[in-house]
Amino acid sequence: MKKGNVFATVGIAMALSGIAGHAVAAGMDDPRRADYIKTFDGKTIAFVPSTMGIDLTEGWASALKQQANRLGMKLEIRDPHLSADVGAQAITALISEKPDVIIAHNLDVQSYAKLLKRAEDAGIHVIQVSMRSNYNSDAYVGADWIAVGEAETQAIVDRCGAGTSGKVAILVGQPTAGSDSGMLKGAENVLAKHPEIKLVANQAADWDANKARNVIATVIQQNPDLCGVVGFWDVMDLGAAAAIKESGKSIALVTSGGGEQMACDNVEKGVFQEEIAYHVMDIGRDLNDVIQVVLESGLPAGKEKIVIYSPTTKITKETLRPGLCWSVKNLEK
Amino acid sequence: MLGRLRRVSWTQEKIVFLLAVFMFCVFSFSLNGFLSSGNLITLVRSVSILGILGVGMAILVIGRGIDLAIVAIYAMSAAWTLQLANQGVPILLAMLMAYLFALSAGVLSGVLIAYVEMPPLFATLGMASFIYGFARWALVPLFVVYMPASASGIAWIGGGFILGLPTPILFFAIVALLGFAFLRFTKAGRFTYAIGDNPAAARISGAPVRPVVVLQYAIAATVAYLAGIITATAVASMDTAVANSSLIYDVVLVVVIGGIGFSGGRGGIRNVIVGTLLIGILLNGMTIMNIEYTLQNVIRSLILLAAIITDSVLNPLDEQISQQGDI
Repeated sequence: MKKGNVFATVGIAMALSGIAGHAVAAGMDDPRRADYIKTFDGKTIAFVPSTMGIDLTEGWASALKQQANRLGMKLEIRDPHLSADVGAQAITALISEKPDVIIAHNLDVQSYAKLLKRAEDAGIHVIQVSMRSNYNSDAYVGADWIAVGEAETQAIVDRCGAGTSGKVAILVGQPTAGSDSGMLKGAENVLAKHPEIKLVANQAADWDANKARNVIATVIQQNPDLCGVVGFWDVMDLGAAAAIKESGKSIALVTSGGGEQMACDNVEKGVFQEEIAYHVMDIGRDLNDVIQVVLESGLPAGKEKIVIYSPTTKITKETLRPGLCWSVKNLEK
Repeated sequence: MLGRLRRVSWTQEKIVFLLAVFMFCVFSFSLNGFLSSGNLITLVRSVSILGILGVGMAILVIGRGIDLAIVAIYAMSAAWTLQLANQGVPILLAMLMAYLFALSAGVLSGVLIAYVEMPPLFATLGMASFIYGFARWALVPLFVVYMPASASGIAWIGGGFILGLPTPILFFAIVALLGFAFLRFTKAGRFTYAIGDNPAAARISGAPVRPVVVLQYAIAATVAYLAGIITATAVASMDTAVANSSLIYDVVLVVVIGGIGFSGGRGGIRNVIVGTLLIGILLNGMTIMNIEYTLQNVIRSLILLAAIITDSVLNPLDEQISQQGDI
């Protein structure tokens, strides 16, 4: 190496270390950060779940609470215990209390529709989580129910093709709920393409495992060669599973749910053959992001029409792995 | 025509029984597989919880009481059993603790009614909210509680078979028999009829009215706890939502439609069985016909209304009964 090159190299090295040293010495402010922090400070988020105490709403509440704490916002939860009347009262009260955002987990597509519009007219952003209403508010965040219904039904169609009776039952929770009406649409889409599949029953069980047990027990009596059941919520479908187990027959049960540890445990035990999971914590994250978007946008309530469908995963014996499901027990308090 | 019908003494029980037989025949002819033994077992199995709760309610209504908290006790005590088991309490101890919870709720209702002299309707309406609220606040934080593997020793209670029959049917039969024996052969049971017929007269004739009323509510709570454990073990979970559901109306309905009047002092366990079977036949037939959910509710309420209307036409309220506190 020539002497000149050595000097040049040493010079460049010294210059670089000098720049680096300078950068360490004086941090750079992010000009947008102060605005960001100011946007959220002191804001109030009100959450009206269907009911607390189920995996879905406990997960979302935990995610909302963490973000509220991080950004200095206040979180209020008004729990209507699955009663549309109580929920409507809660939203009416919130409209006069004027929080900045209302997050509604609609019990059905109709009950809150007018109230949510009134809330937006009063300047409150309304985000609907996973259960939509007939009123399209600022944002919908949650499962793409039609896709979930299609995936579930496809999973049953795959198991009930040639060589089986092709007889299938659908177990709905509440036909008027945004989730179940969507999944039913998805099921219809798939069944229309598969005339070899016979839909022998399409019954609702009110999201109640005990009713689900009775309905599926009767359907199995009536169709002893039943091949599969498409259930619309894992918590309720435990009842369908009990009826299948009692019948002693091998009937495929595909369900959907929030991907809580219960789902993985039951797939592992063979109680569910498959769960299409809309991961609750993924939806929670999307929900938190949309809260930030509507507050940062500065637009008045009701001007945005955002839809975010959170991803789904398939839980089967093949895809099972540690960490695939989340656990209510381990939520941050 | 109506006059002649009245002379045959058409009690509501008979009307409902004939209605049940009629629906049974129609479904047997029109629905394939309705009459199979498997389906009939499923039919009774699906209403056996309702029937068990109905027996508890019947004892109260005969004694001119009512317990609107029976479903709250049923749901919350069973949920707490599973919750305790989830927290590592041995299952038998968990059952004992939750049963004591159910029992004390029943006794408290009884004391409020018998000693504080609150009207049963309001006392138990308040108790229903209190039991649900207190249990959700202090005992069962989750809405749906799953049965842990450590509790699998009691899974047979709701999910087993004895002599080829599902256990819930057998429990329904046992509870109905015990209820019958209580009302027919025990002193407290005979006093229940006397109190239902005329509480003041019963007291004057020396019946221990207050303790018997407390006993009735304790029995109803015990029955509710048993029904709760059967449900929880049958589906390996307990959904506390039923505490606020329409199940309580169904329980009152099987009692009333079977012909046990709110005026008290009339009827027996047979009425509950008839009422329960009618509901079971209806539900089963409509599920087989794959009738849509909302329409099922409409049909069910229409048939029940028809039965009650027929009764009030054939057995109009007389001056005496209507004064006795019909609600």
